[in-house]
Amino acid sequence: MSIQKGSDESEKSEQGLEKREYSVGEILKKRGVSRRDFLKFCTAMTAAMSLPASFAPSVAQALDEVKRPTLVWLNFQDCTGDTEALLRSANPTVGEIILDILSVDYHETIMAAAGHQADEALENTITKYKGKYLCVVEGSISMKDGGVYGCTSGKTHLEIARRVCGGALATIAIGTCAAYGGIAAAVPNPTGAVGVKDAVPGATVINLPGCPCNADNLTATIVHYLVFNKIPAMDSKGRPLFAYGKRIHDNCERRPHFDAGQYVEHWGDDAHRKGFCLYKMGCKGPATFHNCPTQRYNEKTSWPVASGHGCAGCSEPQFWDTMSPLYRRLPHVPGFGIEATADKIGLGLVAGAGAAFAVHGALNALRKDKEPTETKEG
Amino acid sequence: MARIVVDPITRIEGHLRIEAEIEGGFIKDAWSSATMFRGIEKILRGRDPRDAWFWTQRFCGVCTTVHSIASVRAVEDALKIKIPPNAQLIRNIIMGIQNVQDHVIHFYHLHALDWVDITSALKADPIKTAALAASLSDWPNNSATYFKGIQDKVKSFVASGRLGPFANAYWGHPAYKLPPEANLMATAHYLEALEWQKDVIKIHAILGSKNPHPQSFLVGGMSIPIDPDSQNALNADKLFEIKRLLKKAQDFVEKVYIPDLLAIASFYKEWAGIGGGIGNFMSYGEFPDANGNLWFPAGALLNKDLSKVIPIDQGKIAEYVDHSWFENSAGAGKGQHPYEGETEVRYTGPKPPYQNLDTNAKYSFAKSPRYEEKAMEVGPLARILVAYASGHKETKAVVDLVLGKLGVGAPALFSTLGRTAARGIDALLIAQQTPKWLDELIGNIAKGDYRIHNNESWDPATWPAEAKGYGFHEAPRGALGHWIKIKDQKILNYQAVVPSTWNSSPRDAKGQRGAYEAALVGTPVADPNKPLEILRTIHSFDPCMACAVHVMDVNGNEVVSVKVS
Repeated sequence: MSIQKGSDESEKSEQGLEKREYSVGEILKKRGVSRRDFLKFCTAMTAAMSLPASFAPSVAQALDEVKRPTLVWLNFQDCTGDTEALLRSANPTVGEIILDILSVDYHETIMAAAGHQADEALENTITKYKGKYLCVVEGSISMKDGGVYGCTSGKTHLEIARRVCGGALATIAIGTCAAYGGIAAAVPNPTGAVGVKDAVPGATVINLPGCPCNADNLTATIVHYLVFNKIPAMDSKGRPLFAYGKRIHDNCERRPHFDAGQYVEHWGDDAHRKGFCLYKMGCKGPATFHNCPTQRYNEKTSWPVASGHGCAGCSEPQFWDTMSPLYRRLPHVPGFGIEATADKIGLGLVAGAGAAFAVHGALNALRKDKEPTETKEG
Repeated sequence: MARIVVDPITRIEGHLRIEAEIEGGFIKDAWSSATMFRGIEKILRGRDPRDAWFWTQRFCGVCTTVHSIASVRAVEDALKIKIPPNAQLIRNIIMGIQNVQDHVIHFYHLHALDWVDITSALKADPIKTAALAASLSDWPNNSATYFKGIQDKVKSFVASGRLGPFANAYWGHPAYKLPPEANLMATAHYLEALEWQKDVIKIHAILGSKNPHPQSFLVGGMSIPIDPDSQNALNADKLFEIKRLLKKAQDFVEKVYIPDLLAIASFYKEWAGIGGGIGNFMSYGEFPDANGNLWFPAGALLNKDLSKVIPIDQGKIAEYVDHSWFENSAGAGKGQHPYEGETEVRYTGPKPPYQNLDTNAKYSFAKSPRYEEKAMEVGPLARILVAYASGHKETKAVVDLVLGKLGVGAPALFSTLGRTAARGIDALLIAQQTPKWLDELIGNIAKGDYRIHNNESWDPATWPAEAKGYGFHEAPRGALGHWIKIKDQKILNYQAVVPSTWNSSPRDAKGQRGAYEAALVGTPVADPNKPLEILRTIHSFDPCMACAVHVMDVNGNEVVSVKVS
């Protein structure tokens, strides 16, 4: 892979201003971001990537050298929740992401251009930066009936995905829909919705599931890329281990109450007010791998369990079928011990829950080597 | 006659395509097409009704609370559950800040670039910009140094040679009328609003774990416990953080959003005569008190007549599919009440890739909801007009103030500009009202009332074998309704009729246009290759297309016949 490294090539822009691609570090400096704040940002990113603090200087050095990488963001069968999550990101803020860190050349929700001018912007970027741009996909991709259930500018999302993800350096599937098909793929999956990897098997895909994805995990993934020049280590579900390597249950602030047998029995009861364990209220934390308890949301303000509601399991493939009903207790959660990774235990737990929905064929959803509904192309 | 296509319509939620015929510099006719479909209502069938709020929340991540609210209300209506006063107040605060934050994002990040030319901001004099801003409000960031800093930022961004999301736009279009200083001021506030919105919405995180998609809704109440003596519940610390954030929200609306809105509108007054549209308006009313009385009144207005507010009857709502990619056993030209819906998706449009839709046939995944067979416009304009016509004291005061400042009469509201102004009025009214619900909540807690949930009907074993209900919510984008039928503790049928479906709907069997289509007719288009004016009118509705197109209910399912009173 080759992220554009700094060079001295410069040209004059239309406005007669000097035109040159600056590194992320240079741009932040020009923008008046102090070195101290820049290093603070690097430290936060290092923490988000679950790296030891001693890595912060390497992060800073890498960002000092790398130019604003090009990013295109595609919206397919989505609810725009992951875009909204991006708007809430704080470290860096969305303003810094758009103006300083990345060149977001296509994003329908925020871009000024529309119609054929928007199409041209996409076309220009994927041609000029072929093999070098990052792609983010939000939403699932409909495969049924030739993909007619999702069209933009008269083209199917499937066609757009093949073209744009196929030419990208890597594609980040943001949110559970883009990663695994998500809500649209829930039984009976009326539109044949699938995730990016199933729609474009040849693409390099990093899955960042969650409903929505935590924006901190998106920025950390991008920074990981810039700093280490490679994609992060992932589990068998294509999720970076730095964000999805541990079970919610094992990092939950309420775990001591689970171990002590102190459970919420009714919404608003004394145990609920005291912050006891939500396992009996249907919490899916014991079967879910995600860094919510530590990374939290909205500048670390909170996360679902902290608001008195159980985890919904939203970062797991097909959780809409395997983890529902929402308030049904997970069966067979062992009392003690910490299991290593999703690959070792996740399936066993959710299969038990999924049986409740077997009448709808939910167990099919658990097949790991699921074929796309229709065509398949590299 | 030239036919133009704008697809994608950007700076909206979701996938919307507009086709328009232009003659003599004006739009003669227009068609609105929703081009993405998921079918969530069909997926809901057979699931636990208590889960429905969590599923329907995913209709949309922008108006991320509205379907949860409508859904829990529908189930509570079906099961006759009365929620505790604190749960109602918490919902009001969540709805209030959703509304205010959503409107500000819409104005600055989705709509402003239709009126504001960022490239012109480079030519502005920062000293004059500061003087302009100071003449409008006493916002602290009104100094020449501040605006110079913003201008330098924009300059260095342009100099980087990569315009990112600002590339290839309609910059320099003759329809841009603002002086450079107003453009610089608005650009500065575009960036400030980006920071502001992520802060104020932390109220959702405090009350509901996160935003988007807060997770503390429950059928029967809310899951966020209240206990001033617990660190795991809503306590004094968290309540005062909410108070601070509500103040921050109100300050920005009063000192930045409204002054900017008035300043920008004063340069575009001709848009008070463009984009009027259907002229029928409907609002479900919102913000119940402990007795269920609504703060914003419900009602409908017909033919722009502000003298007569018609009460709403949910039984008079029906959806038609004559120009939508669905089939309907009721037959051509027949609508179906949401309880009775049985619609099957059937795409009959052109095979992609395509250049044009066949707009004489079916051309959208959105249905055509109608009220007593009439097309209606919903949204902030409808809400404000219904409140104004009903004599709602607070609304009347703000509307009269805004009309006075712009020097126009009430008929100016029936327009593209009126829609954009009404959204600001709505944000201001709600920003000023929401702290009062927080005070009420604090008062209840002080009296020792910590109840947040009514447990009586939580256990499905207590439910009747069959039940049905509906939930109305006057969402930021307007009148939203969910209808549910429950049988044997499972969802038998679920149907949502959504604001952007009312507004984006294709024609019905009678050929009546939907609100977008009607509003576009007569809109001037200076350059068909750069149809900036289409964006202005479409954006004035704040489209939310993922919401609009989810519709898909049970097919071939035995439906108990329902007489709606």
